[in-house]
This record gives sequence, C-alpha cells and structure tokens, in this order.
Amino acid sequence: MTRIQRSYAIQLLLLAAIILICVFPFYWMVTTSLKTQVVALQSPPVWIFEPTLANYREALFEDGVLRTLVNSLIIAVSTTALALVLGVPAAFALARFEFRGKKDLWFWFITNRMISPIVLALPFFLIARSFDLLDRHITLVLIYLTFNLPIVIWIVTDQIRGIPYELDEAARMEGASQFTIMTRICLPLAMPGVAVSAIFSFIFSWNELMFGLILTRTEARTAPAMAVSFMEGYDLPYGKIMATSTLIVIPVLIFALIASKQLVRGLTMGAVK
Amino acid sequence: MRGRTSRKTIFAFIGPSVIALALIGIAPLLYAAWTSLHFFNLTRLRQLRFVGLENYQTVLTDGAFWQAMGRTFFLLGTSLPLQLALGLGIALVLHQPGLTLVKTLCRLSLVLPMATTYAVVGLLGQVMFNQNFGVMNQLLGGADINWIGDPTNAFIMIVFWDVWQWTPFVALVLLAGLTMVPGEVEEAARLETKSWWMILRYVQLPFLVPGLVAVLILRTADTLKLFDMVFTLTRGGPGASTEFISLMIQRVGFRAFDQGLASAQAIILLIITIVLARIYIRVFYKEV
Repeated sequence: MTRIQRSYAIQLLLLAAIILICVFPFYWMVTTSLKTQVVALQSPPVWIFEPTLANYREALFEDGVLRTLVNSLIIAVSTTALALVLGVPAAFALARFEFRGKKDLWFWFITNRMISPIVLALPFFLIARSFDLLDRHITLVLIYLTFNLPIVIWIVTDQIRGIPYELDEAARMEGASQFTIMTRICLPLAMPGVAVSAIFSFIFSWNELMFGLILTRTEARTAPAMAVSFMEGYDLPYGKIMATSTLIVIPVLIFALIASKQLVRGLTMGAVK
Repeated sequence: MRGRTSRKTIFAFIGPSVIALALIGIAPLLYAAWTSLHFFNLTRLRQLRFVGLENYQTVLTDGAFWQAMGRTFFLLGTSLPLQLALGLGIALVLHQPGLTLVKTLCRLSLVLPMATTYAVVGLLGQVMFNQNFGVMNQLLGGADINWIGDPTNAFIMIVFWDVWQWTPFVALVLLAGLTMVPGEVEEAARLETKSWWMILRYVQLPFLVPGLVAVLILRTADTLKLFDMVFTLTRGGPGASTEFISLMIQRVGFRAFDQGLASAQAIILLIITIVLARIYIRVFYKEV
C-alpha cells in the first residue's frame, strides 16, 4: 500500500466512525420502537428480532400522542408565522434605515438568545395562571416568540443587507413607498433567508420542552412534554417511548437536512459565515 | 442617501417587534423582580407578603445554589474542551482533499445530533444507558455499570450526551473557518513545512478565532440554559449530582413551589448571564 492509499484508508475509517457515532442512537431509537415490551427489556439487548408496529398504533391512537403532535404542529407553525410577520419588517428597518439606538436594539436582541428560559418561565407561569392562559396554545405561541423573533430578525437582516441598495433607490424614483419596496423588491430576493429562518423557528419551537411542561396540561400538551410524561410510574413502556421519540424527531431531522448548509450560520446567529 | 426616512416610517416597521419583545421578554422579568421581593409560595398564597431582600440574602448565602452554579461551570469545563478537541479533529479530517461523497455524507450525519429534540436525547439516554437492558453496557463488553443511579456515572453520562449533541456543531463551525483560509496561502505553507501542527498554529488558527469565540459564547449560554435533556434523563439526580442551575431554579419554583426564592435565583442568574455576555463581547469582539 502506498502512503497516499494508506492515508485514504485512515481517513475513510475515521469518517465511517464519525458517521456511525452520529447515526447509531437514531438506529437504536427506531429499532427499540419496533420491539415488544418483552423484547425491549431483554438483557443483554437483542439486535435481531421480529419487528412490530404495535407501539406506534398504541401511542398514536390510544395514548393520544397524535393529538400532542397536532398541538406541537399548530403551535410551531403559528409562532413561526407570527415571528415572520413581526420580524421581517423589523429586519428591513435594521438593514435599510439609520436611527438612534440601533446598536442597543441589536445587543438586546442578541441578549435574548442568551437568557435561560427558566428565568422567563417563572413569571410567565404566574401571569398565565392569573389570566387563565394555562394550557392554551396561544401562550406557547407567544412565549416562543422570545427566541424565534430574534433569530428571524437576525437572519433576514443579514440577507437584506446583501441586496443592492440601488434597487431600492430605483423603485423610490418610480414613487414606491417603503412598504412596497419591502414587499415587492426585498422580500422576493430575501426569500432564501426568510425560508431558513422559518425552518429554524419551527425546529426550535417543535423541540422545546420546558415551557410545554410548565404551561400546558392536557388541551395544549406538546409532543415532547407527552413523551416525557411516559417516564412516570414503574413499568416504563420503553418501546412506546421510543416510538413517540421517533415521531417527534423525524420532522426536525428532515428540516435540518434541508437547511443543513445554513444550520451552522443560524445557530451562531451569523457569527460564522 | 440613507437616513432620510421619517421616524414614523421607521417605527411602523420596527415598532411591532420591539413592543412584542418588550411585552413577552421584559414585562415578565419585571414581574419576576417583583416576585423575588416577596414571600410567594404557591401552596401558601394567603401568606404572600413583602419581605424586601430576604430571598436574595437566602440565595447568596445558600451553599446549594452556589454548588449548582459551580456544577454548571464544571460541566462546561469538562464538555467544552472535549467538544473543541474532537470538533477540531473532525473539521481537520473533513478539510482533507478527496473522498468527496463520504465527506458529504459525514457532513449530513453531523447535522442530525444538533437538530435532535433535547427531550428525545434524554429519553435515548434512559434507554441506551439502562444498567440491565441498555446497549451501552453491552458495547462496553457486557459491563454492569449503573449509569443513572450513581452520582459520578450520571454526570459522565450527561457529559457524553452533551458532547454527542454539540461536537458536530463545533466541528462544522471550525470547518467553516478552515475553508476561509485562502488556498494559495495554505499551499505555500505546506511547501515550507510538513508539520500539521505548524500549519494549524500559524496558518489556520487566525481564521478559526471568530468561530472559536462564537462557540465559547454560545456553549456558555447553552450550558446555563441546559434543562430539557438533563430533566428527562436524570431530573437532576441522583441526589443533586446533575442538578445544574436551570434545573435547580425549576425545582425550587415548581416542585418546592417557592416562587419568591426561585425568582431571586433567576434574577441572579440573569445578572450573571448579562455580565458574562458583556465581558465576552468586550474581550473578544474588539479583535474580531
């Protein structure tokens, strides 16, 4: 074997190991979800067994996981839509207008990303309780804005900055208002950024557990909170827990793969191009 | 040409966002500050009364609170170096030429852990690290390790999952930095020396700095925020061995029902977060 061949072989081995470590937990999750309780509890664990879809059927239709998935979907889509409606004009303003306090506004938006959600969860719970807003979709839709709005503003501002300002000026010559410039000129060109920020907003909302746990009970129960509630009691239904986990994780993994190129940029809020 | 827009127009665009964030982001904080000055127990609401700074005094002298804080930074100090070392290794492998298809596949698999629902990571931990039927003990050659019930092992398990979920993020951030190095510069350096360390230190490192700063800031913030995965996996136990700061505040506020004390803890955490964010930004963003 030549030196180059050997270096390729080592590389291939390392890459295979990385892929394996990343993917193995998902493999284990899916296979466990296809096991009956008896098989799932075998020690040491078995790798070859007769798969069954019973866990999915029971979780979805008997335990009400389907309904929590629908709740999560309603909440994630609504909060994303709201974040876009509020955030896109703000991003346009930050990219195109000069005004006092812009830097402070900027810092405030970033700080929002750093604050621990538990700090907001305590007062939000008390406020929601006194306004009879516990266990309602709208409560989660609103509180998820605290992290979705900054991310939408951040990514879309970045995107609009990349659009030549001359286009705005040309449109203004024609007598277009700022609103028309935003909707007719900047928005179509900023669509990739808008789409990515929407995907982010959806993933973050869909994945969130703590607010869901604290602010919902039954009516607006989110899927992650539901999955965790299976962990109570003695004889834990591991197959069902993994089936629910699989159902929760599949949509976000698909979205993450679609946005994989922009994922890092979004997570670092643009600190890395 | 810019800057001639009227204030009214600017406000029409940015006002709704600012008002929304103020209502859902700042108003609750003010309410938390108010709560923190009261004896406010959810099971004894009749005894609600103003107590001044008593809650703060309790928190500041509470050993358990500072232990949770110390534990949180100990977690950061354990998992971040691992993530940086492994992440840099992965980035360097992915940066090598050749094997394009496998590398694309590898980059795609790296995306999966960081998008995974934290709660699901915790549930996976429960299943894979179970002492009897967990696959982890099997992979360790039939070991009989009690992961979830032992304080040290539980902590190691949390580090494992944090590293599993966030090393890919570090790797991809650093890879983005490596691709910023101009090709000619790297080639010229490779003609000069064969040592990968010299190239990393003097050619590539300057391009990695912005990414490293971002990683440091975000991992610090995320560790202070860490809740979902640990709550699902260990609920902070056994004992308090994995009770990080956000879990402690949640326990005090929602399981001991002492909203006043929990709010004081939350405000102190908020102050620490803002101070850290300011320090980081001042120290690092000057040179970036």
